[in-house]
Amino acid sequence: MIGSATSINYIPIFIFIVISLVFGIGTLVISYFVQVRIDDPEKLSTYECGSEPISDARNPFPARYYIIAMLFVIFDVEVAFLYPWAVVFDKIGLFGLIEMIVFIALFLVAYVYAWKKGGLEWD
Amino acid sequence: MTAQLLFFYFGGMAVAGAVVAVFTPNLVYSALSLLMTFIHIAGIYILLNAEFIAAVQIIVYAGAILVTYVFVLMLFNPEQEKRYFHKQYKIGAFLGAVVLFLMVFAGFKTEILSKGGPFTVEYVEEIGHTRAIGNALFTDFIFPFEIASFILLVAMFGAIILAGRGIKKPKGPGGRVDLSSRRKAKEAIVGER
Repeated sequence: MIGSATSINYIPIFIFIVISLVFGIGTLVISYFVQVRIDDPEKLSTYECGSEPISDARNPFPARYYIIAMLFVIFDVEVAFLYPWAVVFDKIGLFGLIEMIVFIALFLVAYVYAWKKGGLEWD
Repeated sequence: MTAQLLFFYFGGMAVAGAVVAVFTPNLVYSALSLLMTFIHIAGIYILLNAEFIAAVQIIVYAGAILVTYVFVLMLFNPEQEKRYFHKQYKIGAFLGAVVLFLMVFAGFKTEILSKGGPFTVEYVEEIGHTRAIGNALFTDFIFPFEIASFILLVAMFGAIILAGRGIKKPKGPGGRVDLSSRRKAKEAIVGER
């Protein structure tokens, strides 16, 4: 059945989303109708704390950021698996502990590999 | 009634985000509208009483995987992609139609809704969704769980091997990046203006 007891707990979050959407879109719409538009190239140029913009903001990143992002994804997934394990830990006991040690040991292998290969170094 | 309205809101926004992600020529906007899709799919999971999946959807997909997407976009020059249709779009459209047909067909053929299983709505509500997942994952599905860690290990090796070529620089004075050359390059750009 859709929208039964559990979803009730999330109504505050939904109200929060609605208010932030209405506030965000409403501000843009109101300012679009109220504002006075006088465009000139100096005004439309990128504001960079007063100094002249050097180049486009969207220039290519070094590939090293990709490794950091990938490591983040992998350890994020690992932590996501820890939540249900922690909730049922009282029921599964020692067996669950060994299971999780094997799981984390495999991640440690990956971590050590990234470390030894210099994936965590920054210049 | 409210639940149906909420479902149409979340489903509609998820589809709209996906459509914008495909059609906008700006790759950064496309990644951000994908974020909208991910968050609204989390809303659908909450309507289905799947709290844990909703949290994971936000933490892993909206948090981590989208960041990876944005970094991958920024590895290339984001300016170069201005074209709407790839030249192979006919093949892509055909394959997409086939996959859609198969999914709809499988959806009508399957008996998953009529059968039900041990994890009914009442059961999940009684003991809690995260606990239900934990019970199933750490007793009946141990092997897939450990395989998941192995697959992530392979993903990590792949990322290091593909992106990490030439990461290890020779130690010593030559290994450092010469800051003065970087400054010169910056001055050259400023000088062009």
